Amino acid sequence: MTRLLRQAWTIAAKDLRTELRNKESISAALSFTLVVILLFSFAFDPVGNPDVREQAGGLLWIIYLFSGILLLNRTFSREAANDCLEALVASPMSGAALFLGKAVSSCLLLLVLELASLPLFGVFYAVTWTNDFGMLLLVLVLGSWGFTVIGTLFSAVTANNRLRELMLPLLVFPMTLPALLACVELTSLILLGEPLGDSVAWLKLLFGFDVIFTLLGAVLLEVVLLA
Amino acid sequence: MSASAIALRDVWKFFGEFPAVRALNLDIPSKGIIALLGRNGAGKTTVLRMIAGLLRPSRGEILIGGAPADHEQHAASIGMVGHGQWLYDDLTCRENLAFFARLYDVPSATEKVDHWIREVGLWTFRDSRVNQLSRGMRQRLTIARALLHSPAILLLDEPWTSLDDRAMDLLSSLLLRAQSENHTVVVSSHQLKETLQIATHLAVVDRGRLVFNGPNRDEFRQSPHDLYQRIS
Repeated sequence: MTRLLRQAWTIAAKDLRTELRNKESISAALSFTLVVILLFSFAFDPVGNPDVREQAGGLLWIIYLFSGILLLNRTFSREAANDCLEALVASPMSGAALFLGKAVSSCLLLLVLELASLPLFGVFYAVTWTNDFGMLLLVLVLGSWGFTVIGTLFSAVTANNRLRELMLPLLVFPMTLPALLACVELTSLILLGEPLGDSVAWLKLLFGFDVIFTLLGAVLLEVVLLA
Repeated sequence: MSASAIALRDVWKFFGEFPAVRALNLDIPSKGIIALLGRNGAGKTTVLRMIAGLLRPSRGEILIGGAPADHEQHAASIGMVGHGQWLYDDLTCRENLAFFARLYDVPSATEKVDHWIREVGLWTFRDSRVNQLSRGMRQRLTIARALLHSPAILLLDEPWTSLDDRAMDLLSSLLLRAQSENHTVVVSSHQLKETLQIATHLAVVDRGRLVFNGPNRDEFRQSPHDLYQRIS
């Protein structure tokens, strides 16, 4: 177990270092996020139309999903140069470690993007996102992890596909629907400052989703790569 | 001849309907340098990739050290130089080797990394990113990456590509040293002169079939360009 976690962190650290050095996907995803926040605020006018604020959670997660796809597209295509994916497959590292490492790096980048864009979202949508920041952070972490584990697996499936930029969202979005519904419901309540009440069930669903797909991805990645 | 380090038993590999490797039976002796030779498309790379665990045989069996090849068990004992260089362009020479050292659980990794960077003559460029190196320098770093974890089996596919004369000599001496340290080296190359100089055994494949398997001879070394005619 220790070995698996150490190897997973080796992969994650390598990916984060590479990304911080060339800033290829994070800069594109962050720019996209900020532009869409601006465009949505002009389109829906949440300051003048308070009803729109009730949909803030949905808008926020749609933005994060599309930005996340920009990050996830690079997860395995980053390994294409110099056939580095072969080096990983040929190494004694398990598929589970590779999967976890890739998912951790993508999730951390997505969280950075989410936290960096929240203040701007708060201003343009007139919502107080600091109301229950602890719970909001929990939802962001669980939602982002659920999204990235699905995205990491399908990023491996589409890594050698010429249409991977198109294929990845087509495969990932339907699969993440249960997690997305939970995130939207929970985030909307938190942003409106309302108690979670019965909606705690969504939190349990989100947690269960993360556990199931993390295990599934860890088991399936090696099969996907060798196929 | 020593016991087989690698044995291929009736191995077939199909790509779609096309048989790239056909009924290949080959024993690769341990502690030797075996040259896997053949013309373009003969199936040399496919054989090396199957031994490395990058491809699964469609039929037949590969034994490593007498046991059926098991990726988890044998991956750490194999080092490979493939067609791709398996290096990260945005990382420095040191960072690349340190990354692979961690993947292979190399003990005293920092010392080993610095040792191999010196061995392949890249010390001056240790903190340069790989995308700033020439192709030949990258190839030298690739060789260091393959040797870093002291693999018992070294698989090299066209290792002399892009190397200048000095680097070719360096590689030959590294391979001879690996042999003297009881490593098994399998080299596939079109550079017949360099390959035949160091090889102890030859295996020649033609259209996926093994057509020659035996010890290297002085007559091959003296006139490498006639090799395929002599064998046929």
